Amino acid sequence: MYPSRFKYESPKTIVEAIKLLDAGKGDAKVLAGGQSLVPMLKLRFAFPDQIVDINNIPGLDYIRFDADGSLHIGALVRHEHLEKSVEISMRQPTIAAAAPLVADPIVRARGTFVGSVCHADPQGDWAATMIALHGSIVVQGPKGKRTIAMKDFVLGPYANSLNYNEIAIEAVIPAPKGVARGGYLKLERRVGDFATASVAVALDMSGDTVLNAGFALAGVGGKTIDANEAASALIGQKLTEATIAKAAQLVAALAEPRTDHRGSAEYKRHIVETFVKRILVANSAQKVA
Amino acid sequence: MSLNEVKIGGMGASRRRVEDNRFIRGKGNYVDDIVLPGMLHMEILRSPVAHARIKSIDTSAAWDMPGVRLVLTGEMMAARNLAWMPTLSYDTAAVLATDKVRFQGQEVCAVIADDPYIAKDACGKIVVDYEILPPIVNPVQAAAPDAVQIRDDKAGQVGNKIFDWEIGDKARTDNAFADADVVSKIELHYPRTHPSPMETCGSLADYDRATGKLTVYLTTQAPHIVRAAVAMVAELPEQNIRIVSPDIGGGFGNKVPIYPGYVVAILASILTEKPVKWIEDKTGNLTSTGFGRDVYLKGEMALRKDGKILGVRMNTISDHGAFFADAQPSKFKIGLMHSAFAAYDIPTAHMFATGYYTNKAPGGVAYRCSFRVTEAMFFQERMVQAAADDLGMDQAEFRRVNFVKDEQHPHRTAFGFLTDSGQYEKCLDIGLEAIGYKNFAAEKAEAAKRGRLLGIGISTMTEPLGAGNSREYDILGIKMFDSAELRIHMSGKAILRTGSRGQGTGHETTWAQIVAHELGIPADDILVEEGDTDTAPFGMGTYASRSTPVAGAAIAMVARKVRAKARKLAAHLLEVSEEDIEWELGRFYVRGNQERGVTIQDCAMAAYSNMPDGMEPGLENVAYYDPPNLTWPFACYIAKVEIDPETGVWDVLQFVAVDDCGVRINPMIVEGQIMGGLTEAYAMANMQYQTYDEEGNIIGGNYMDFLLPTAWETPGFELYEVVTPCPHHPIGAKGVGECATVGGPAAFVNAVMDALKDKGVRNIDMPLMPNRVYEALTTGKDIYGMPPVRSGN
Amino acid sequence: MSSLYEEINTPPASDIPVRRVTINVNGEARTANVEPRLLLAHLLRQGFKLTGTHTGCDTTNCGACTVLFDGRPIKSCTMFAVQADGHDVQTVEGLASASELHPLQEGFKQEHALQCGFCTPGMMMAAKALLEENLNPTEDEIRWALSGNLCRCTGYQNIVKAVLWAAEKMRAELN
Repeated sequence: MYPSRFKYESPKTIVEAIKLLDAGKGDAKVLAGGQSLVPMLKLRFAFPDQIVDINNIPGLDYIRFDADGSLHIGALVRHEHLEKSVEISMRQPTIAAAAPLVADPIVRARGTFVGSVCHADPQGDWAATMIALHGSIVVQGPKGKRTIAMKDFVLGPYANSLNYNEIAIEAVIPAPKGVARGGYLKLERRVGDFATASVAVALDMSGDTVLNAGFALAGVGGKTIDANEAASALIGQKLTEATIAKAAQLVAALAEPRTDHRGSAEYKRHIVETFVKRILVANSAQKVA
Repeated sequence: MSLNEVKIGGMGASRRRVEDNRFIRGKGNYVDDIVLPGMLHMEILRSPVAHARIKSIDTSAAWDMPGVRLVLTGEMMAARNLAWMPTLSYDTAAVLATDKVRFQGQEVCAVIADDPYIAKDACGKIVVDYEILPPIVNPVQAAAPDAVQIRDDKAGQVGNKIFDWEIGDKARTDNAFADADVVSKIELHYPRTHPSPMETCGSLADYDRATGKLTVYLTTQAPHIVRAAVAMVAELPEQNIRIVSPDIGGGFGNKVPIYPGYVVAILASILTEKPVKWIEDKTGNLTSTGFGRDVYLKGEMALRKDGKILGVRMNTISDHGAFFADAQPSKFKIGLMHSAFAAYDIPTAHMFATGYYTNKAPGGVAYRCSFRVTEAMFFQERMVQAAADDLGMDQAEFRRVNFVKDEQHPHRTAFGFLTDSGQYEKCLDIGLEAIGYKNFAAEKAEAAKRGRLLGIGISTMTEPLGAGNSREYDILGIKMFDSAELRIHMSGKAILRTGSRGQGTGHETTWAQIVAHELGIPADDILVEEGDTDTAPFGMGTYASRSTPVAGAAIAMVARKVRAKARKLAAHLLEVSEEDIEWELGRFYVRGNQERGVTIQDCAMAAYSNMPDGMEPGLENVAYYDPPNLTWPFACYIAKVEIDPETGVWDVLQFVAVDDCGVRINPMIVEGQIMGGLTEAYAMANMQYQTYDEEGNIIGGNYMDFLLPTAWETPGFELYEVVTPCPHHPIGAKGVGECATVGGPAAFVNAVMDALKDKGVRNIDMPLMPNRVYEALTTGKDIYGMPPVRSGN
Repeated sequence: MSSLYEEINTPPASDIPVRRVTINVNGEARTANVEPRLLLAHLLRQGFKLTGTHTGCDTTNCGACTVLFDGRPIKSCTMFAVQADGHDVQTVEGLASASELHPLQEGFKQEHALQCGFCTPGMMMAAKALLEENLNPTEDEIRWALSGNLCRCTGYQNIVKAVLWAAEKMRAELN
């Protein structure tokens, strides 16, 4: 409940923030929404020497669809901004479905999308969503910006591929090839619980044909599970009982669940399969424009 | 002419709560809100391991930190004979560990510093060298012949067994089983859980060397017991000890025991001569303070073909953790577990109970429960359902056949209690009607078409609330009674003090209503004060739903004493003899001439200004109430649930609660108690439990794993009322605070089991998490024991 | 602090970073020197003596410490006081005006939406945030909006009623 001592800076620009991180030589930590970091500090699971608070850097709270249809989410976009965004609800169903399931409403008012992706909690909703959406993270360091594809971004539990002197400044979700469909389901025992299993499904559809698909899982492995290889069962196909069953099986096979107090490995795998089916069925039932 | 009782906020008025006026403004006064000049802050260093010998403790780096005033170890406590303290069950518990640590989270050292951040920093500088011992995390391990002895500190202790205890008539029960047509059996585990009030425990100790006075503000449901214990442990004269229990952020039994933090903070204040505040964090509260339940229950029922119960056998094995610290009446080793089956007319019963030490947190407090009654009623209603199923009998009908009938009261139960009153069938019928029991089969068939499983679960119970009578009930030898002191001021306004201590239960509101009912003084004119041992009369505090049955009765009795004196004053004022005086609410009048009268306020003024010759001035009194019996509320709870068989997730479609807690003083507050209790019942059935892995690491030591339901999951509750006045309570009231927590869990579990009956499933132990329900329904097998725990991280 | 005197405490060790913050708390600018690690909840409680904001858990679950930060609900145990520098914070103490209670306060009392009172301030602040966006919420919307705040006493049913009560009163006041 009482964090240990740290130095605190609240820079006004990204460049300044990067300088502080660079000077910190790995002992500095970026503070955005803080809804994962601050609890870790309170419980003294983390002891950074320096906190670099980026909340006072202007211009990072945008949700923007570019003309090419790609979606850009700035580093200070809070979960609730996505939950309440009309544009997201109309154009990006996977994010729209996941947003209300992140933590609890008060945490959603403060925590950030990009911060949550960086935190790379194996239970985290946004890292999974980003993987399913084939997204990438734009990071900025002393030498400028680079873009890291999600599949290369999450390295393991609570580990990402940022260098110590880099800041994730934006999440990018590529434009869908057709119409963006998809969904997100999470089995939790109560609001704010860690997921027993979560499934993110992203679909690009033309009519009732799947042009592209993405799958990722949370809560069923030592890290966020990239299940995108299961997309092969759907690409170029219609969502039929057979293709749905096949895809659900493939995704479930990629889960790496472990038996614990939330359920047996078999149960969690079964939930993954069930949820993939439910999301795909819901999308097949829709009248796809 | 007569006052309208509801208008003056008397009996039956849903009077809005007085205490709310400060709480809604954020002006409550909880322990952590109290600030004394020069106050220091204490943090406790806890054991990270379950069982280990302490080889050494090095506190030097902690002492060296700026802002650190004192570092206390078990050895330093021992030097003052304070390393160990008595528990409420005639055992001892470590204050700060000296020889060994015996559970994860046990108190090892304390740091007192200028602020809590520094104290926490300094805790991190203390180096403790532990020699790890094998941990024992359940009674089976504890009972093993080669098990390491946890309590090697206790002379005469053999192995890890705490007690064997039995009650009932064994021979007669054996005969009943020999005569049975059918014997039905069930085996259950009631998981360990925690009362977990929102506010943790804490204290602020202030020792004044100049006056020798020790004032301790602390989170306690029973301030007078704390004073007695502090006098005993700290060897301070009792008149110099003042315990103040300020606003309490929920108790539920958790704030009955005396915890090491309180004792250490007192010593720290004596040593530093400054006020010392200790506020436990949530992890500390969940890992070291009084838990509830953790009992293995096994039993069988002897049945006649026509559904009559002939006898019951029960066997309990309880896990008490490292110290036997149950807060319960001395006479009973496993609380009032033998209240089981009190609602049923059963000729004979026998119970055998065994308790063990384990390397887990001590406690076994009465978590919203009259001492193990929750386990008893849960077992009873699960056993009853299993028996009905075995007989192929309708579950409601089976209960009806075996209920104690209204006219049988007072009824001697098979285990020897005496129930006082009740209308069990009436409550059941109201419940069945409300839930639509008759149409349930059709509803279930309809749901099956949608691929959903429906179940209906009934739980009925009567429980003994309001200990004592003092013949049978005491804690550490102190008889269980309670008290009230009432003083009427000359303006007719009043102050009332009791030995109970509200903790969100609305005493400041309800107690005034009892006085209003007895004296006709508007409730708004009565100030209620509790919790300060310097001013409140001696009482045993608030837990086990005892406030209304005991303190509430004392309030009625003291008001009647005051009224008796007021009658004399009225006779004096009216210039008639006392025999010619009649009473109506708030007023005395001359018999035969109702117009000629004086109000209670007139009498109050006269007590200070115009008393008859020879009469002692003033209008006040005190009453100590020793109840003749416990009060026996009854409840019928019925849940209707729907299961998604693909995931095992279950939802409550409807929940009906029919409560008969006797006369309701404030119906609004009673209903609040029921809804809150049902929510805790739902929590236990569904998600709220604690367990330990094989190394003795606690699972459920913070709110990330110890799950309390939110507004989103919590179902709505439909409440119904039946009133059977308690025949021996002065205002006919019975306890109610715990009925719903006690009776509720079985309704949820029975409903899920009812839905799974066709799958061949007979039992899933709580918590009924989706994975356990799914596993049972797909395999057709019962699920027993705690959920498996994390396999490495 | 009176202008007559100010006791000067022993200065902290020079290596401890302390920062001056000014926070607009319930409409009043409050200034304090704080260590960066000080949680906002602790500054409000211990520094500014606004003890209506409670801390109930260590893990950002219970919501007893909920306050409005620039109008949005946050758990004040999960933000550092330094972060509030220059921002607007509303606590339960700011709900009522000098003469009258906020409709939520009235509703909580009227519908018996509190027992021990420990979660109540956080619960009311979360409800206030909801009503500022939606003055006609459904029961489900209320349950959803309050699902980051735990209550151990009431079972939530009366809390939902209290928010409905307040919403109705606030709608009536608008008309």
